[in-house]
Amino acid sequence: MLSLEDVRRIAHLARIRVSPEEAARYQAQLNGILGLIEQMQAVDTSGVEPMAHAQEVYQRLREDAVTEPDRRDAFQAVAPQVEAGLYLVPKVIE
Amino acid sequence: MQWETVIGLEVHTQLTTRSKIFSGAPIEFGAAPNTQACAVDLALPGVLPVLNRGAVERAIKFGLAIGARLNRVNVFARKNYFYPDLPKGYQISQFELPIVEGGELAIQVGDASKVIRLTRAHLEEDAGKSLHEDFHGCTGIDLNRAGTPLLEIVSEPDMRSAKEAVAYARALYNLVTWIGICDGNMQEGSFRVDANVSVRPAGQKEFGTRREIKNLNSFRFLEQAIDYEVRWQIERIEDGHAIQQATVLFDPDSGATRMMRTKEEAHDYRYFPDPDLLPVRLDDALIARMQSELPELPQAKQARYQSDWGLSAYDAATLTASHALAEYFEAVVAKLLVSPRPQAGEGQGERVAKLAANWVMGELSGTLNKEGLDIAESRIGAASLAGLLARLQDGTLSGKLAKEVFAAMWAGEGEADAIIEAKGLKQMSDTGEIERILDEVLAANPKSVEEFRAGKDKAFNALVGQVMKATRGKANPQQVNELLKKKLAG
Repeated sequence: MLSLEDVRRIAHLARIRVSPEEAARYQAQLNGILGLIEQMQAVDTSGVEPMAHAQEVYQRLREDAVTEPDRRDAFQAVAPQVEAGLYLVPKVIE
Repeated sequence: MQWETVIGLEVHTQLTTRSKIFSGAPIEFGAAPNTQACAVDLALPGVLPVLNRGAVERAIKFGLAIGARLNRVNVFARKNYFYPDLPKGYQISQFELPIVEGGELAIQVGDASKVIRLTRAHLEEDAGKSLHEDFHGCTGIDLNRAGTPLLEIVSEPDMRSAKEAVAYARALYNLVTWIGICDGNMQEGSFRVDANVSVRPAGQKEFGTRREIKNLNSFRFLEQAIDYEVRWQIERIEDGHAIQQATVLFDPDSGATRMMRTKEEAHDYRYFPDPDLLPVRLDDALIARMQSELPELPQAKQARYQSDWGLSAYDAATLTASHALAEYFEAVVAKLLVSPRPQAGEGQGERVAKLAANWVMGELSGTLNKEGLDIAESRIGAASLAGLLARLQDGTLSGKLAKEVFAAMWAGEGEADAIIEAKGLKQMSDTGEIERILDEVLAANPKSVEEFRAGKDKAFNALVGQVMKATRGKANPQQVNELLKKKLAG
């Protein structure tokens, strides 16, 4: 079961700001979901291969060809801030 | 205390496709910012990735070349983290079921050879580029590189020194460029190395705690960074500290590694299968086609050079240091084998190969190195070099004269035969002519003759030298030796 600290950590990883009241509410909701999964885990799945996708279909491959023209002007027309062809974002230094 | 170094490498190789791994945008280097970033690369709402067949094919070729297991069904996963040059908030990579697992690569360090095991190789997309120059307190983002196809190749921690790590990195570099899946341009970031380094007391079974050196883009930096890191770790431990797991960067200017983040700050990537991409299935026909497209690999060539042509392991390894060099060498040999040959017959292949090997590794490589050129930029083509060696083989040229002709060819004076003709460099083999010169030399050097008769061997060499000088090096030294001996005896 998730602690309040776990919830805060998950929120941080997802870059979501949660208030203490929300954190408590999400903790209850998330633990409800985990409880459901715990119930499902009671089913014996030994010998069943895990699926990577819900359907038994496989990825179609695209031919290696350039099909996308340069549309920078159109994309940058709707960007909040651009300069010298770059998208500008708040300063990040790791 | 004796310490043992343990190293594993993760190498990001950029694949030589025309378009990105999940979109149809081009991946040419050096384009104006964001002119090669389409809606998929920008992660605009509603876009979906479609996998590039070219990327899958190259990964298969790599797997076949290292004798790995190809996962007939492999899966793309999301690796989640936030950074502005990764607009989706996740990188599409492979986690639990990568396309390639296992395999191995042989390396050579000095006289010792060793096999390095590979853990896996998986396909993934590259991120964009952040420019931290000042844009009014903002960071500039260029997404041209976002979505560029990468094959991340992970080794087992099988290397025990910086030299071995460099040998492995070079062998891997040679292989991926050899089979044409990577252009090998390290300045442009086509081949980037991360090194996991730890130390342990010699004889201890458990690994020490490792630190990961990120993003080394030259073999020299790889060696420097590991050497520094190993010294640093040993000092820390001998000073009574424990090594903390961390990610570090190498600063080429100071030659030191510095901490980027510790384990506590390490990312929690929360991998899960990407629901936008179905599992990838590799069918037999595709794998067979990739196998048929693979060229003869370095190891196979080395074995062939040794068994068919009697070259040493060292020579064979040197000549297969790159595909272009091996092709050049083989072209010289092939040409020499079809040129008119006075000494044809048993052992012809070995003699020709040995001669070609000596010249390709000696005069040619030396000249290329001196001028900082690649074999592809050689001013003397394989056919032209063979033309020169043919004259050496048939006795027209002495070794010394051949070097002179080589220099003239390099200077652009034409083919060997034309230069020999123009400069009158033909080795003198007319016995009568040499005897005439010999008589002159003997007459002019009575003192040397006397000394020789008195038992001084040095005098003999002085006389040979005089003859060579008189013929401007064009006399066959062996012939001069024989004739001179006869004359002095008589």
